[in-house]
Amino acid sequence: MIRVILPTHLRRLANTERQVQVPVNAPVTIRTVLDSLENTYPMLKGTIRDQNTLQRRAFVRFFACGQDLSHVPTDDPLPDSVANGSEPLWVVGAMAGG
Amino acid sequence: MNGVRVLVGTRKGAFILTSDEKRKRWKVSEPIFPGWEIYHFSGSPVDPNRLYVSQSSGWFGQLIQRSDDGGKTWQTMGNKFAYEGIPGTHQWYDGTQHPWEFKRVWQLKPSLTDPDTVYAGVEDAALFRSSDGGQSWQELAELRKVKSELWQPGAGGMCLHTILLDPQDANRIIVAISAAGAFRSDDGGESWRPINNGLKSQYELPDPDAEVGHCVHNLAMHPSKPNVLFMQKHWDVMRSDNGGDSWDEVSGNLPSDFGFPIAVHAHEPNTIYVVPIKSDSEHYPPEGKLRVYRSRSGGQEWEALTRGLPQKNCYVNVLRTALAVDALDPCGIYFGTTGGQVYASADSGDSWKDIVRDLPSVMSVEVQTLP
Repeated sequence: MIRVILPTHLRRLANTERQVQVPVNAPVTIRTVLDSLENTYPMLKGTIRDQNTLQRRAFVRFFACGQDLSHVPTDDPLPDSVANGSEPLWVVGAMAGG
Repeated sequence: MNGVRVLVGTRKGAFILTSDEKRKRWKVSEPIFPGWEIYHFSGSPVDPNRLYVSQSSGWFGQLIQRSDDGGKTWQTMGNKFAYEGIPGTHQWYDGTQHPWEFKRVWQLKPSLTDPDTVYAGVEDAALFRSSDGGQSWQELAELRKVKSELWQPGAGGMCLHTILLDPQDANRIIVAISAAGAFRSDDGGESWRPINNGLKSQYELPDPDAEVGHCVHNLAMHPSKPNVLFMQKHWDVMRSDNGGDSWDEVSGNLPSDFGFPIAVHAHEPNTIYVVPIKSDSEHYPPEGKLRVYRSRSGGQEWEALTRGLPQKNCYVNVLRTALAVDALDPCGIYFGTTGGQVYASADSGDSWKDIVRDLPSVMSVEVQTLP
């Protein structure tokens, strides 16, 4: 199971805990994790990535293992520690404002 | 319950304000969808417990929520708004062509006859319809073939913000778009034509009489006289007596004919309300006095309604979807401000009282009169 940490608004929307676990078959990538996340929590469709283009929404970031993975191609493998469930993938609302 | 339910959308959540038919004591709900922008919050005229919410955020995009129990519980509905075919382009601020991009839903208009049918007016401007209670959405795409290459975004974005459904003709739909104008379909959305003849935009358009491109802010119609339409344009208050085929200015003695919302009294088809705003760059009431103006003659002659409204140091705005009426007698009038106040009048506008003063900035107000 892959661990995903959701920002407050999406946690409330999905009516779940801050951290969720979703099943993902290899390869474990941002795309496959989001596919599984949206499959488990359909109300999250369109909130993290555009439903038509699958592009990450501009003010959403992906962090894992102390790195910003937002600009990594979504089909690249995630770090092993995310794939083996020891570290979570963070979905973060970007800092925006003043 | 008997009484009214005021559905309020704000920059940071939705609220439900309830009262009995006397409209003196109000209950204000906790925030619903706290932290989200609620561009519109509306109820089905067929089933008052069926509510629809347009919920959006700069971070997480657009969601549609539906309640079947008057707002006690909610379910997230479909939010896939895909333009039909190749979306094409419209005019951008710099005069170049810009591709159509979905941004948000400005208006949710439930059908007058079917609780599962609801229309969505969106930015970039287009009209969608759902026939399954908001689970899936289909564009009424012929609208965007009406000279849409000349449509351009107003300051608030290129949004389809107003949808009128004709209670006497199920095939007639009228919409307004900033900045494109008003459009009408007489065949249920299959085909459309601009209805902007008589609008003059001498400060906004190189051709003041252009067929499209006008910045229409809001439209209103009384159900008993659907051929009579009222319009608050960017500047000018307008009236049509032929379903929009032609328009005449009825600004008359208003202190400013700039403004956003316009509404019609529930029982007097010729009594209309506007909230004059100083100018397109100074979005607050003239002289710092918050005044609703009422015309009992369908325009031209206007009276200021001030009792209970701040008459000094008031610099709030009232947005286009933030003025509504109930169906009680005497008619109740309601509006919300960008300062977070929701004002109500239980006597057709003669006197006003705030229901609540410190909500987040109000974006929309709709009223349900409950049996």
